[in-house]
Parts: sequence; C-alpha cells; structure tokens
Amino acid sequence: MLSDKDRIFTNLYGFDDLSLKGAMARGAWDGTKQILERGIDAIIDEMKKSGLRGRGGAGFPTGLKWSFMPKEVKERPHYLVVNADESEPGTCKDRDILRNDPHTLIEGCLIASFAMRAHVCYVYVRGEFIREREALQRAIDEAYAAKLVGKDNIHGYPFDIYMHHGAGAYICGEETALLESLEGKKGQPRLKPPFPANSGVWGCPTTVNNVESIAVAPTILRRGAGWFAGIGRPNNTGTKVFCISGHVNKPCNVEEEMGIPLRELIEKHAGGVRGGWDNLLAIIPGGASVPLIPKSICDDVLMDFDSLKNVQSGLGTAAVIVMDKSTDIVKAITRLAYFYKHESCGQCTPCREGTGWMWRVMKRMTVGDSNPAEIDLLQEVTKEVEGHTICALGDAAAWPIQGLIRHFRPELERRMAARKVAAE
Amino acid sequence: MASRKLNVNGVEIEADDNITLLQACEQAGAEIPRFCYHERLSVAGNCRMCLVEWVGAPKPQASCALQVKDIFPNKDGTPANIRTNSPVAKKAREGVMEFLLINHPLDCPICDQGGECDLQDQAMGYGRAAFNRFNENKRAVEDKYMGPLIKTIMTRCIQCTRCVRFATEVAGVPDLGATGRGEDMEITTYLEKAFSSELSGNVVDLCPVGALTSKPYAFNARPWELRKTESIDVMDAQGCNIRVDARGPQVLRVLPRLNEDVNEEWISDKARHACDGLNRQRLDKPYVKKNGKLVPATWGEAFAAIAARMSATKPEKMAAIVGDLAAAEEIKALKDLMLSYGDVNLECRQDGAKVGGGPRQSWLFNTTIAGIESADAILLIGANPRWEAPVLNARIRKAWTNGPVKIANIGTPVDLTYPVEQLGGADVLSGIADGSHAFAKILKDAQRPMIVVGSGALARADGAAILHLAAKIAGDSGAIGPAGTPAEGGWVGFNVLHTAASRVGALDLGFVRGHDMAGILGGGMEFVWLLGADEFDMSKLGNAFVVYQGTHGDAGAHRADVILPGAAYTEKEGLYVNFEGRVQRTKRAVFPPGDAKEDWAIIRAFSQVAGKTLPYDDRDALHQAIYKDALTFKDMHEAPAHLGADPAVWGAIGKAGPIDGKAPLECTIRDFYLTNPIARASETMAECSRIFVSGAQQMAAE
Repeated sequence: MLSDKDRIFTNLYGFDDLSLKGAMARGAWDGTKQILERGIDAIIDEMKKSGLRGRGGAGFPTGLKWSFMPKEVKERPHYLVVNADESEPGTCKDRDILRNDPHTLIEGCLIASFAMRAHVCYVYVRGEFIREREALQRAIDEAYAAKLVGKDNIHGYPFDIYMHHGAGAYICGEETALLESLEGKKGQPRLKPPFPANSGVWGCPTTVNNVESIAVAPTILRRGAGWFAGIGRPNNTGTKVFCISGHVNKPCNVEEEMGIPLRELIEKHAGGVRGGWDNLLAIIPGGASVPLIPKSICDDVLMDFDSLKNVQSGLGTAAVIVMDKSTDIVKAITRLAYFYKHESCGQCTPCREGTGWMWRVMKRMTVGDSNPAEIDLLQEVTKEVEGHTICALGDAAAWPIQGLIRHFRPELERRMAARKVAAE
Repeated sequence: MASRKLNVNGVEIEADDNITLLQACEQAGAEIPRFCYHERLSVAGNCRMCLVEWVGAPKPQASCALQVKDIFPNKDGTPANIRTNSPVAKKAREGVMEFLLINHPLDCPICDQGGECDLQDQAMGYGRAAFNRFNENKRAVEDKYMGPLIKTIMTRCIQCTRCVRFATEVAGVPDLGATGRGEDMEITTYLEKAFSSELSGNVVDLCPVGALTSKPYAFNARPWELRKTESIDVMDAQGCNIRVDARGPQVLRVLPRLNEDVNEEWISDKARHACDGLNRQRLDKPYVKKNGKLVPATWGEAFAAIAARMSATKPEKMAAIVGDLAAAEEIKALKDLMLSYGDVNLECRQDGAKVGGGPRQSWLFNTTIAGIESADAILLIGANPRWEAPVLNARIRKAWTNGPVKIANIGTPVDLTYPVEQLGGADVLSGIADGSHAFAKILKDAQRPMIVVGSGALARADGAAILHLAAKIAGDSGAIGPAGTPAEGGWVGFNVLHTAASRVGALDLGFVRGHDMAGILGGGMEFVWLLGADEFDMSKLGNAFVVYQGTHGDAGAHRADVILPGAAYTEKEGLYVNFEGRVQRTKRAVFPPGDAKEDWAIIRAFSQVAGKTLPYDDRDALHQAIYKDALTFKDMHEAPAHLGADPAVWGAIGKAGPIDGKAPLECTIRDFYLTNPIARASETMAECSRIFVSGAQQMAAE
C-alpha cells in the first residue's frame, strides 16, 4: 500500500487550499527552474528511467514519446497538447486533478513543453467539464499572475498555456481526433502515419499526453526516477490514480501503487464490494473499453498493465467498475455497446456499421431473443471490427463484447433457452 | 528519387518512396479493391476496402493510406512482405464488404448505377460467398436536395466522402459535408441548397455507388445499351475530352474522358448536361423565305436562292461570320467559297474580340493547361475562368492548392473558388506595366509568372491595346522565358483565354478579313452567311440577305432568309483547336436529324450549284487543303511547344494604343449555362440558369 509520503496528488480530494499558494505549500513549483536547467536530454532520460507509462489507457512509455519530437525546431513550431477529454466511462481521475490539483498539471506542462522544445501548450478539456474548466482557467490565471508561465516568466523559458474547451464527443479523446477538433474541424481521427510528433496540430510537431502523465512529471523529476521506479513492479512502475465505481460501499478516486492486488484496492479504499467479496460477479478493470474479468480472476489479479494483459483484459485508464451479482451483465455490456455505437465518428466502415450491428444483436440477446449460433456470429463481427479501423474505437467497441462472450457465454445461452421455454 | 524494394505476393518490385502502398501493389500487378481512394483527391482511408497484409504487422494495413517510405524491411533485411491475397487480407476485405452491404438497400434492379457500380462489381469479386447474416432492419436515410443535376438516393451511400472531398478540394465550393456521427453520419449540402459549382456533375462519376446519380439521365438507359463514342466537347474553348453515350438516334449522356493535359477527368456541367439540347429546336430541313415567311424547301431550292443572291452582290458587300461551335472543316470550306467571289469580309469573332492576325502566340493559351501547375504568380486581366472554362479554373485552383501561388485579378471582382487579390479596373494596367504597382514586383520576383487575358478585355474597343500591354508586362516580368516545357526549364506565361470552341481554329485558318464585327454590323452588308453564329444582335444586320447554316432554331435562324440545316458536334467528324492550340477531333456518335448534313459537305455541294466547285471531294482532300493554310493542323493532340523569347513574335502582339481606365472590364458571358444554341435549347441548362444564375442575382439584390 502506498504511504502518504509517496503521494503525488496531495490534494486529490480538494480538502486543502486550492489556490496557487496552497499548491506551493504542498510542493508545487518548487525548484522548477533547476529542473529546466538540467537540460532537455537529462529530463527525458530521467523520465525514461522512471518507467512512467502513459496514463491515458494505452500505456506507451512517456519519456520515449517525448523523445520522438524533432531535435531541432525548424520553420514549424512544436506544440504540447494535453488530453483532458476524459470521457471513458468509469474514469474520473483527470477530473479531480483539474479541479483540485491543477498546478501539478500546469507545472508539468511547462516542463514537458521545455523537454520537447514547445513554447505553447493546449489543454483540451472535455465539453461536459464546466467546473473543471473554470478551475483550470483560474489556476492558469494564477500562474500567469505569478509569472510562473508566460512570455517572460521567472523560469526563463517563454511558455504559453491555453485552455481549450471541447464540445463533448467521446471520439475527441482519441489524440488525432482531438487535434482535428482543436483545429476547429469535425472530430474524426486522422490516418497514422504521419504521427503527431511529425505532423500534429496545424501540421506541426506535436505531442499529445494524458493529464495524469503530465501532472506526475514534476514530482518524478524532483524526487528522482529511482523513487518512482521503486514503486510498483518492473515495467509497471509508480503510482496511479484508480477510479473505483459501481457496486462498492464507498466509490472513490485513490492514488495507489501500481500492481496493487485488485481485491486489496477495493477492500482497503472502496469499502469492499456491496454484500461482501463473494457477492462479486465481475469487474471491468480499466474503463468501459477493456474486457471484463469474472470474480475468479478478480480474486488474485494485480492492477497493472502486464498482469491485466495476461488475463486478456487491460489496465486502460484504471477505472475499476465493480458489478455484484445483482447486475444484469448482458444488459450492462449492451449499454456499453450502445455507447460505442453512439460515439462512433462514422468515418470508417467497420466501426460505423459494426457498432450498430453489435448493439442490435446484443439488445436482442439481453432478452434471449437469439440462438446460440448467433453468439459465434457476434464474436466474428467483433473480430471483423477489431483491428480494421483507423483508430482504436473499433477495438474498444469489440472488446467488452468479446469479454462477455469469453466469460459469460453460458449466461447468454441460458437466456435463449429460458425464452424458448417461455414461448412454448 | 528514393525508392525501396517490396515483396508483393512473392513478386519483388522497386517502388518509389512517395507513392502509396496501393499504387505499389498495382505496379506489382496486384489488384486492390477500393471505394474512398481516388487518385485526384486527398486520401481519406475510411472505406477500409484496400486492407492488405504486411507480414509481421499486428493488423492489416490500409494500403491507400500507407506510403512506401513508411514501410520498413523485415528484420533480416529482406524486402517487406506484402500480401494482397492472403487469408488475412481476404478476411479483412470480406468483413468490410459485409459491413458495407448490411445497410445498403441492394436495390440494384432499380438503381441507375447498376452495371457501372463499384459496389456491385467489388461485391462480386470480394464479397463473402455466403448468405446474408444480418438479421436487423436496414438503415434508411432521407434523400437530400443537391440541385437540378444530382439525384440523391442517400440510403445507398457508403460514406466514402469522395463527393465531399471533390467539392472541397477540386471544385473549391465547400457546399457538401457530413453531419451526424457513427451510423447516423449523412452526406448533405447542410442547408438543402443546390451544390453551386460549375463542376458539380463530376460527383456523379466519383460516387462509387448509386447514391449520387444524374438527375436528367434518371431511368433513361442501362450502360450496356449505349453506344460509346470518344469525342471532344465544344461548350467552351478548352476542348475537354468526352465520351458521348447514345442509343439509337439520341445522345443520352456525355461523360468525361481522361486526358491529363486537358481536363484530367473532369468536365463542366454544361459539357455534361447540355446534351438534351441536341434533341430540341433542331433544324432538320432547309428553309427559304417566301413572302416574308420561312417555308420548307429542298436543298436545290435553297442553294438556287443563295447562288442567285450571291452572284448579284458585290464582294465587298458580302460577309461570312463563323459561330462558336464550328469545326475547322466547314470554316475552311466557307472561307474558300467566299473568297472565290472576291474581296469579301470574313469574321470569326462574334464577341468583337480584338485578336487575330500577327503571330499565332498572340491568340493562344501558351502556358498550356498542364503548365499552370508550374506557375507561381498569376495575373488575370478581364477573365473569369470559372465561367469561361470551369475545368481550367479547377487547374488554377489545383496550382494554388499545391504550392504558393499569388493570384490577382484586374476587372470586375469574381469568386473564383480560390483567393484572388482584386487589383481594380483597367486603370491599374499602366501601373503594372511601368512597375509602380505592388503586383508588378510580385510578377517580377516570380520564377514562372503567368498572365491571362480574358474575353472581357479582348472584347473592349481597346482590346488590342490591352493585349499589347499585357504582352509587354509579360516580357518585362520574365513571363516569356527560354524555350521548352517547364520540366525542361522553359517557360512562357502569356495567355489568351477564349470562350468559343471554334475561335482558335478559325484564327489559325485566317478567317479574319476586311471589316471586323462592328464594321460588318454597321457597314450596310447585302449578303451575310452565318455559320452557326447566334451571339450578336441580329437586328443590326439591316436589310442583308442572311443565310443561316446551323443546327438550332436560335437567333440566327429567326433572322435568316435561307436556312441550311447542319450537324451538331456529336453528329460530325470535325477538327477543333482548343485555346492552347491543341488540335483534336470530334467523332460522329449519331446522325444529324432529318435532312441535315455535315456542314463542310453542304458548302461543298453548294459550291457546285454556284459554279464555284471547291477542289475537295472528301474529308482527306479537305484536310490537305487545311494543312496548306495552316500546317499546325497536322500536329494532332499536342499543344504547340514554346520556341523561346523571339522578339519578332513577342513584340508583335496586339497594337499599342490608349487604354480607357474607366470602362468596365468584365466577363462577356452573362449566363454560364446559356452560351450557345445547344445550351439554350436544353431544358436542363435552363433549369440550372434559373437556379444558379437568376437565383444568385435575386440573393444579391436582397
């Protein structure tokens, strides 16, 4: 269990002073100038050594991502874009960072921008986040007033940070769709390559990072890569904000060590599963898009990228959605299928047509209006969507259904049989 | 250019780094199905039909979106293995095809695209050989209004966005777009307005399914019933390459044909849709005026009436005017016939353009159409290419899209679909000529500057002076460069933009003699032969005896004393020279209606009756005679090469003189859709004019 001294987000719950003064008292903006003075290579090297993997869901090593930016600024300026379009169902970690600890993010933006030779940073905030937008803007204004950021700030690195408010489309959390939206276009993912590091916003080299990935950077650089890498397990280092929701006694956000056992996470921080651990049916461990895992796996799985991958699920955004035995699991997954059908951008064929097809089949399966052969068809359709699309939304739509079929096929068949009996 | 080796289905090829994997696969002989990909549009990569397997990659790759330079070799250094027929690629394609078809209505029997539908063809080739597994209701989409030319059945749409990309990128009119998300995504004109581009019909060709089809052609024919004839368009002077599709005696539709040098694969809406005018208002027998009224006559009677009148008229009181749609054959025959009477007046510039005589370069679009893409500064003088040659305008837009090109316009401001700096009226010209105007410096600094003199400048009284000054500006700014094509390091940037398909051919044949248009109309002519000439005020012909030889009952025929029914461009073989000086040939798709005959043959037959027999009995002999007048007719299909900055040529363009700075400098075309007798007889063009031209004026007045 993570001890309090190792917490990065010391005001995650907003109990403390939210202002810049309060943040500085908690250690934010401490020695930022000295960090910058270490130089770009040292910062990126430190980030690489810390083993930090992107906190937005895909888990790509953050230091490596920063190092992809061109080594020289040519005629096109560099940009840092922070993805605060936190829309993954079940996820609410960035929201608390924006609301209660925004200065960790702003400081991280300055350092990350410096490391990738960018002088401008955009924070793309989800459309539904109204108070969060206000809180972030307030913090940015404070930072400007204190000359922590701005053209002639006390750190000697000209840097501007802008808050951009989205319009509330899930797909705009995909990094290239986010860039399109930022440019004022319809939010649709771009083809890759070219990757944003070559051609991002307005065709300029850009890095898109999750809020949490950026917000943890200052503390990592202050306390050293060794400290961060010493928490968690190899290749899955550091601390992570977990969002626990669903059928638990005390849903919460909590910063914990990577690789904490799932059961410990829920029982220590969320007050346990409603009706006790044995009342657990299944858990979606990383936000709506990862396959669910049944109780038998939940019993001893560790919460990190590799462990969850080994059980054919994923850490994703670490949004733990707990479902007890009162849950209509088919209906729950059907609701997710509807979500993906609703949020598909419609650009490419498999996702546009497949999400609707999958949802309609699922809808019938909820009431057993189907036959066992159709389960195989549904599985095949998910496979036709997965991996054939421009962005990962197609995969995200396919995985929850694959997880359901993998672990709850008997339940699907039971409903079909029950309906048949009822009809007779 | 850098390249790398690829192994496509076991065939090793060397592919250019800058092409796409799809193109590389085609080089290796592998066929890749596609819907959204189109060579002339940006890559969307959204249909996912072109997925191929890159051995070792975790997922199948969209070959249209992957450049060869992004493909790295295998770990052992051997060329990357690309498989287009492997189980992985095949399964991916079948999946995509199934997705495309689940919400497609499959109403092929009542779909106009049937028989020439990409979806139909590719479903046969790449679909799953299985029954339908989709047990849900199909999606239905409301049809959209896109104007008088495009019929929409949006349920058939597969959201490839080719039409949207064409509208935005090529036509430069962002009227089309997609609204809605996911399976509710719909292609629309946003506000149910007509797609207001002169190139709108091209989206019908681009649409890979039957979502966008031709409204005038709806339910007319199946593609396999049609007789296809490759020909040339005459609605403007660009000479766009077309295919004329006919069934029985009727031309049913006109489609573009590929020619990179002329029209790529686009044609204007007028070229495409004026063809219904070929069946209306046609002159199908000779007429002779008796007691003030035109009555049907035999060819013999008509010829006798003309011959009698001609022999009784003094040559200097005789004139012949060539219309905008005439082919070189009849121009040559008419010229020879008229000159056999002596010192007659010949005119081919109905709009009064002050061009002709002097070096050939003074009436050509010397840069050539493809050459526009190399230009880096363009000055338009009294030209509205959007109406005078819409496909040319798309080329200028393409040049602007591809590179930094500064474009300025002298004359009435017009929306050309790309940013144009409006410099003012004719009074600006002197400033540019003496270097005091800011744009003079831009022209001078440009590597390959281009100057385009349009009909609006040429048709003015001081047209020759403007032409002369434009040539001087061209010379001073380095627009007249070394010989050769831009690729060879040559450059010529002086251009005249004509609007009439017959114009350059007639000027090449020297159909300019004696009085000009103003002189003929004000000079008390006693005999006038109109070869399809309808575009001037007939009342000014006074008491002249008028022979109208042409195709339609238009202005000229109403004024005529004798009517000789001729053949339209789809009904004869004829040489046309486009504004580049490129000689191309129309072919006969259908026969002229009734008694109508090919025009040169009419003149040849008349010459015999008149006792002035022309010395050619067939088309070959006539062509030999044409070559004697202008050798340039021998070089079929090629634009003339630039031969260098010879002062004897470039110093002799136009005529120096005063320029009226106050007079308006505007396009002579009043209505793009109604510029010639065929278009005016077309109901489709009338509808377009009502919506796009009259409608636009109403909006401006509001």
